[in-house]
Amino acid sequence: MAIAKEQLDSAEKRVLQIVSRYGANEEHLLQILHDVQADDNSLSEAELIQVARAMDIPLSRVYGVATFYSMYSVRPRGKFIIRICESAPCHITGAQSVIRAFEQALGIKMGETTKDRKFTLEYTSCLGVCGVAPAVMINDRVYGNLTPDKVQEVLSACEND
Amino acid sequence: MEFFRSHVLVCSGVNCSFRGSRSVRAALVEEIRAQGLDKEVRVIETGCFGLCEAGPVMVIYPEAVHYCRVVPDDVKEIVEEHLRKGRIVDRLLYKGEAQVKGVQTWRQIDFYSRQKRVVLRNCGLIDPDSIDEYIAREGYEALGRALRMQPMEVIQAVKDSGLRGRGGAGFPTGLKWDFTARAAGDQKYLICNADEGEPGTFKDRLILEGDPHSVIEGMAIAAYAIGASKGFIYFRGEYKLSIDRLTHALEQARAYGLLGKNIFDSGFSFDIEIKVGAGAYVCGEETALINSMEGKRGEPRFKPPYPASVGLWGKPTCVNNVETLANIPSIIRQGADWFRSIGTAKCPGTKVFTLTGNINNAGLIEVPMGITLREVVYDIGGGIPHGRAFKMAQTGGTSGGCLPEALLDVPMDIDSLATAGSALGSGALMIMDDSHCIIDVVKCFLQFFRHESCGQCTPCREGTQRLYELVDKISRMEATEKDVELIRRLARTMEDASLCALGQTAPFPVLTTMRFFPEEYEAHIVHGMCPAGVCAAASQIA
Repeated sequence: MAIAKEQLDSAEKRVLQIVSRYGANEEHLLQILHDVQADDNSLSEAELIQVARAMDIPLSRVYGVATFYSMYSVRPRGKFIIRICESAPCHITGAQSVIRAFEQALGIKMGETTKDRKFTLEYTSCLGVCGVAPAVMINDRVYGNLTPDKVQEVLSACEND
Repeated sequence: MEFFRSHVLVCSGVNCSFRGSRSVRAALVEEIRAQGLDKEVRVIETGCFGLCEAGPVMVIYPEAVHYCRVVPDDVKEIVEEHLRKGRIVDRLLYKGEAQVKGVQTWRQIDFYSRQKRVVLRNCGLIDPDSIDEYIAREGYEALGRALRMQPMEVIQAVKDSGLRGRGGAGFPTGLKWDFTARAAGDQKYLICNADEGEPGTFKDRLILEGDPHSVIEGMAIAAYAIGASKGFIYFRGEYKLSIDRLTHALEQARAYGLLGKNIFDSGFSFDIEIKVGAGAYVCGEETALINSMEGKRGEPRFKPPYPASVGLWGKPTCVNNVETLANIPSIIRQGADWFRSIGTAKCPGTKVFTLTGNINNAGLIEVPMGITLREVVYDIGGGIPHGRAFKMAQTGGTSGGCLPEALLDVPMDIDSLATAGSALGSGALMIMDDSHCIIDVVKCFLQFFRHESCGQCTPCREGTQRLYELVDKISRMEATEKDVELIRRLARTMEDASLCALGQTAPFPVLTTMRFFPEEYEAHIVHGMCPAGVCAAASQIA
């Protein structure tokens, strides 16, 4: 499917700016994708095409990297990405009930985004804060010692951000 | 220079931070100023003390009084009573399972007194943002010494110490350095592997946050030994918060001439760059990590050639774990014999463990290699909470083995744990009480592997998926003896034919639980019931 010229043009300037910050060397691809994704938590087709052009790397390679690492997404995501740890230390301290509470509070399933593009629910591997398990990371912030009762409080804290 | 009569060290480690240590610190600074004590008492943010379960933690010197679970509302009383009047606030002292009357200083608490701190020697004692405090604790002395030695002498010292890699594989560090040093090529690289992804492990993060210069110094010594002028620290993408502290430490080291050109006028030049991943467990494998640093998908490479001969951008490269590197300054400063006096003959030194799961003192500990699992769980870890019984300990993280109560006396070192059918691995230690089902938690481990398999080789990509499905079948009470045989055959194939350790070790938790907890498998398969009442069908019947 062809992609609209306007989308390509609007992505071009931003991508060029980011690429010039690090240089077009392939070793910087991961950092560049982090920065390109920072505006809306996802990598659009237009953005990937522009990254490939600016760095002179085949688009297939850029797409390959963008879909390999779990912190990138080529599908639209919400403003707040709620990454819920599903590793064993969180599992045995009650992560399942916390997951159900998030799903219920937001009316979506794990892996989905709310209609208003505000919240996305994702699984994550260990966040390395097992001392306060079960834990979730919302964008850059970590919340620990969660129980189903605390879920609403955590969501409100995001809304007021 | 200013002098203070008291120092309050507030933990700023990641676990305490999430329990609110920042607001406690802010309230403390505010209250001290309000009471006019700000010329006499200084508040310092320090790295992790390790007793994360009891956070936020603080220690007040010179008395070394250790307060736990401090909230901002406690601050007024601490300042009024302790800092102004010299009276200890009893109710905030550490209360262990076996309560000892009069326990005040942190050294008297079992959790600390039974530990041996080499890697964590500065954590909780110095301000990690201050290079001066690190230097005051003999920091960078080892680098100065190493630069007066020949590179081969430095390698020999590390070989003599018997230090083995602390990332999981336990390969002799001196030998790894030797291979890289001897490899042909002018340009060589050193990489510090801070892609800490093993579930239940957070030691590298807390070492880097609590004492960043010990790792930087270790890297500079390693680079000198192998002949590298450029080093990298590869961080997990999720560890954004720790990256800031390290960036700051690197700037300080450069400003002091401890990184950069012609260090200590020795002619040796070295600098370090930070690289950040983007979420992939497999990147902890050194060749996958190298691919990721080159801007590619983090898929492991075929070995040989090993990175020591063909690594980053095809150049000889040495990849060492954070904890391994943090051991180096002490080894150079205090000598191989001193290092060998700690731990066991085949595994000298200490090991940093992260205690997680159903245990009273969840957190970070450092103990001599060879201490028994029982001592770690009961003496340091404080036992199992809520009066429940010990059921299983998983050592070495998700790819490690699961040990039953009968093996609590196994020594915790690389070889003994391997003999017992488990692994020391990264130092993750997850304790599980009797309210949990073995099948259910094994399913959780396998869910992790099927998600994290990079998909490059078939035995791992297909194997992790099928293993999950088979164990899921057991948890749904639909499996038969045939499925158990299938698990065994599949496990063998994965161990033999997978490209990297991810696929090779993924069957480990299944195999060890089948060996040590056969009754749980039997209950699900033969009797169609889950003894712990966790698995789906069982709870429906109940």
